[in-house]
Amino acid sequence: MKIELTPEQKQAQAAFRAFVEEEIIPVADQNDREEYTPPGLIEKIAQQGFLGALTPPEYGGSGMDMITFGLLNEELGRGCSSMRSLMTVHSMVSHALLRWGNKQQKARWLPDLASGTVLGAFGLSEPDAGSDAKSIETTARLDGDYYVLNGIKKWTTYGQIADLFLIFAQCDGKVSAFLVDKDAPGFSRRPIKGMLGTRASMLAELRLHDCRIPRENLLGGKGFGLASVATSALDIGRYSVAWGCVGIAQACLEASLKYTSVRRQFDAYLKEHQLIQHMITDMITNVKAARLLCCKAGYLKESGDPETIMETWIAKYFASTIAARAANDAVQIHGANGCSEEYSVQRYLRDSRVMEIIEGSTQIQQITIARYGYQETDLTGNSVMLKLNA
Amino acid sequence: MQDIRNKTKAFLARFFQNIDLGDDEDIFALGFVNSLFAMQLVLFVENEFGISVENEDLDIENFRTINAIVHLVERKTTTQMTV
Repeated sequence: MKIELTPEQKQAQAAFRAFVEEEIIPVADQNDREEYTPPGLIEKIAQQGFLGALTPPEYGGSGMDMITFGLLNEELGRGCSSMRSLMTVHSMVSHALLRWGNKQQKARWLPDLASGTVLGAFGLSEPDAGSDAKSIETTARLDGDYYVLNGIKKWTTYGQIADLFLIFAQCDGKVSAFLVDKDAPGFSRRPIKGMLGTRASMLAELRLHDCRIPRENLLGGKGFGLASVATSALDIGRYSVAWGCVGIAQACLEASLKYTSVRRQFDAYLKEHQLIQHMITDMITNVKAARLLCCKAGYLKESGDPETIMETWIAKYFASTIAARAANDAVQIHGANGCSEEYSVQRYLRDSRVMEIIEGSTQIQQITIARYGYQETDLTGNSVMLKLNA
Repeated sequence: MQDIRNKTKAFLARFFQNIDLGDDEDIFALGFVNSLFAMQLVLFVENEFGISVENEDLDIENFRTINAIVHLVERKTTTQMTV
């Protein structure tokens, strides 16, 4: 067993960090306040090849391994969770096409997604369907050479500016996936403002009113319901969010280390107070533990091991809950300054709350992970917990 | 073929504890199958037997029983070896 990044991964990590320091952190608070991502920033991200992170070079992508992709998400998450969200949803669409698209669909969309010429977004949630995803009400019916979609999608990250939407709809009683172009007749969108966190991620409500798309825009089969496109896309999304949460927690830690080293109260730096040290210790320990869980999930993804599905749930559950704790403590450490827009920790706290809701709420994860525990444990013999220890 | 059957049985046994699954028993009819299980099953088949499950293979009939999974793996192994 060896827990160490390869030289290439370390080099990539340093480059990601430098980019985030230079291009993202300086504008993150402003973008959050304005609830807006400037196109120029997305262009810079695209120029780095980040939007083709998971797409192989044959389609113009960067072809990153899963650990490198994770490191990218951590660094983006450290700088700005909205930018990490862009990476998440865009990668979900690219990955779904790569995994389940036919040759024509891949050739048509993947190069443009990899270059950032086309931005992808994910449309599963609806006004009345969140965690209970299989109960979506959007419908699709075949009409000659077209599918006709009707319904409303809500909370679509970067829905305001995306060009290609992966939309899920009930078709012949089964949940199926469709590629919907922003210019498709019957498609419209309206911005969602005033969100608690990831405020720069330009959420939109999507309206599909007799929206007609070519029948070849059906992605994947219909027989497995949510299992193929949605589940595999959400797995990548969950993995991306998990790493992004490590980034939030790391940002909280770095901000707290810095602040407690310069702020003095009771004739001593804050870092010399033991109750502050308690919070710093928890942040250090939790961020390291979360990163290791993410590495485990990524390692299993890289080897195609089915265990990666549940390890990703565990990583996301842990990383999102410790990110919220770290952000809460970081605000506490910063006192009144932490509640002010002059410090980024208030943004980390708001963003961290969103992380416990998206890509599987904390409660859905608790149910799922507990079920996994019983499934992996032989309660009838002497090997209780043996499998879980592996 | 026996190796494929045994490995598939061992994988499914984790999800269907206390049930002795017959080779032709409908695993989807047993009730506690969800999309996560289905995805794990697809990944298992790909990873364990070195095949690639394509869109056209995502027919629930290919995964409904142990015999169906064995048949799918054998068919895909033969096809992908000859391509």
